[in-house]
Amino acid sequence: MARSIVSEIKRDHIHKLIADGHRVDGRAWDELRQIQIQTNVVETAEGSSRVKIGNTEVIVGVKMTVGEPFADTPDRGVLSTNAELIPMASPSFESGPPDENSIELARVVDRGIRESHMIDLEKLCIEPGKKVWINFVDIYVLDFDGNLFDACSLGAVAAIKSAIVPAKANGLGEDYPMPITCVPVSITAVQIENSILVDPSLDEEKVAAARLTVTTDNNGDLRAMQKGLSGALTLDQVRTMIETSRRLGAEVRKIIG
Amino acid sequence: MNKESMTRELVLPGDVLDAGTMKPGEGTYVHDGKIFAAMLGIKSVKSNFVNVIPLGGRYIPIPGDMIIGKVIDIGPSNWLVDIYSPYPAPLHVNEVPWRVEFGDTARYLGIGDTLLAKVLSVDETKRVQVTMKEQGLRKLQGGQIVEIAHSKVPRVIGKNGSMIQMIKTYTNCRIFIGQNGRIWMDGSMSDMVHAMQAIKMIDEGAQTLKLTERVKEFLESVYPKEKSEVL
Amino acid sequence: MGGNSDMKLIDENGIRIDGRKVDELRPIKIEAGVLKSADGSAYVEIGKNKVLAAVYGPRECHPRHMQNPAKAIVQCKYNMISFSVSDRKRPGPDRRSVEISKLISEAMEYVVFTENYPRTSIDVYIEVLQANAGTRCAGLTAAAVALADAGIPMRDMVPAVAVGKVNDQVVLDLNKEEDNYGQADLPIAMIPRTGEILLMQMDGHLTQAEFDKGMEMGVKACMEIYELQKDALRRRYAIANAESDEESKDEPQQINEEA
Repeated sequence: MARSIVSEIKRDHIHKLIADGHRVDGRAWDELRQIQIQTNVVETAEGSSRVKIGNTEVIVGVKMTVGEPFADTPDRGVLSTNAELIPMASPSFESGPPDENSIELARVVDRGIRESHMIDLEKLCIEPGKKVWINFVDIYVLDFDGNLFDACSLGAVAAIKSAIVPAKANGLGEDYPMPITCVPVSITAVQIENSILVDPSLDEEKVAAARLTVTTDNNGDLRAMQKGLSGALTLDQVRTMIETSRRLGAEVRKIIG
Repeated sequence: MNKESMTRELVLPGDVLDAGTMKPGEGTYVHDGKIFAAMLGIKSVKSNFVNVIPLGGRYIPIPGDMIIGKVIDIGPSNWLVDIYSPYPAPLHVNEVPWRVEFGDTARYLGIGDTLLAKVLSVDETKRVQVTMKEQGLRKLQGGQIVEIAHSKVPRVIGKNGSMIQMIKTYTNCRIFIGQNGRIWMDGSMSDMVHAMQAIKMIDEGAQTLKLTERVKEFLESVYPKEKSEVL
Repeated sequence: MGGNSDMKLIDENGIRIDGRKVDELRPIKIEAGVLKSADGSAYVEIGKNKVLAAVYGPRECHPRHMQNPAKAIVQCKYNMISFSVSDRKRPGPDRRSVEISKLISEAMEYVVFTENYPRTSIDVYIEVLQANAGTRCAGLTAAAVALADAGIPMRDMVPAVAVGKVNDQVVLDLNKEEDNYGQADLPIAMIPRTGEILLMQMDGHLTQAEFDKGMEMGVKACMEIYELQKDALRRRYAIANAESDEESKDEPQQINEEA
């Protein structure tokens, strides 16, 4: 409540810094915070990761069960992505069912994975129309310091990449690695006073006018985008953000390995 | 030099501080005739009182404290001020240096405005009133705000104000310190960055050795020569 | 309790399936101050349990009708994340987690000096990342460290551990198999210095003699965990033996008026 009101002094200060070409934490406009990725952090999940971007931290788990496919995709596995903004992560998060923020977050992460065909869902069909693998990707935000879109997306991708299909436990032969076709990477930038800042910190997000998340695949092609917040972007700004996402996405993809 | 409490000993909740001769001070409790630490902090003995100086925790307002507040709500005859504490503090129109008509509050102070104020009163249930009716108290504009643990404020000020004076001299910034852990500063953009880094050093290293020297080294490294003569 | 005593969980030499003796704890790791946003936090591993705890507060209590004009309320929320168990758990609270949250809140309310902060709430969030029996004890152990890390005034640290009965023998700190197929489970939390019991539950079947033996084991184990809790906090706040002559008790206004 009280904390979500940004003081005018703080807002003016961030604006002034940006006008001078600086950021609060001294980064360049297109510089990501430090990324740390740990995988296989939870044994009870088929795949898991704990990811930090600066001080933002998330834990992601993939659980797989055998179930029925959707009627319109009888020969494909099912992907279900869910994000929990638990009150542990921020004084501004509250307990309760997912709100619009966590639903948007989960859907944007889901779209990047789904539209890039990262998971080869056809290979997760056991018996067409009857039995397929259901993938639950559950994201928990543990510590919130801005840019949840990229942290959650990175966490989900790392967890999926580390997952082992539990075939044996389900009487379906030997376990095998999750079938993966590519590694989608999302890069988010915000527009503040007509400047573009990549990987916004919480302070920057609070004063941002508009946000754009761009998810690219290994070829640098676009797979998902989401514009957020109540400000606007020019087409030139959008182009810059896309170009930056492609460039930084390739770097992040190397970190994921 | 005051060396009444020599070494900085970390104590944890439940640690025995004294078993007979001393008197229980702040941050302690008594059980079965012994004095125990009631919180994590540094043990300090002053005039036969044993205290625990907290390293973190929230600011609890005390009448007379100079604080830096942020307006979070406006009523017809008062403002609600966040004082970086569990207790938001109303500021009544009678406690500001302006004549404010009923319902006209928003014209004087808006949501998100920052003020230098003083804690006027605190009742038993910690209902707080703040005032701006004293010389020097005012709305702060420009510059920037840093928030640190209120328990680190004495370290930022330093012995007889030495630490903050050093930071002011090197950086040429104007700096106001609120007892509640909010610090306001104004100066050139790069000077403010350096002042903020120095304050962060104190906030993060408040329990470490030779803090004054380390802060001085840092300031000398960013302001070579010419200013060190001033000190 | 499965109560299935046919399942052999302790061998003829008194060694359990994970290689422990009957009165031996699983390996424990405790870290304090692991999260940035929270006012205090802790991470605890007990065997294969992995638990995080975060503290916010004292802060303004919402909803307002829950405020107590005389003291702070302590609200602990225990939660298992969906992939912390072998079958995915639907996110959100269930009856079990609501009950555990209540018991942990009550235990913590006793150790915290709540009267220092009337009308506020001290919120403790416990998230079980990986579960392997004994998560409420691991969670409570983590919560106590997180409260101290947040600078909350409290009487003492609180360690917790479960004892139980497996193959007709009293054992300490049940693992998942022992919990599933054992004959009794008795989680306890206490203030080691005074011996005050703050949490106690029991299910299964224990004789008076078995209970006494279990409590003896549990109290001893709590002393061990207590030392690990304190050690974690000491590591987090490691101090060089600095001299405290750099500090001021000057009123800030004096300093400010010079500006």
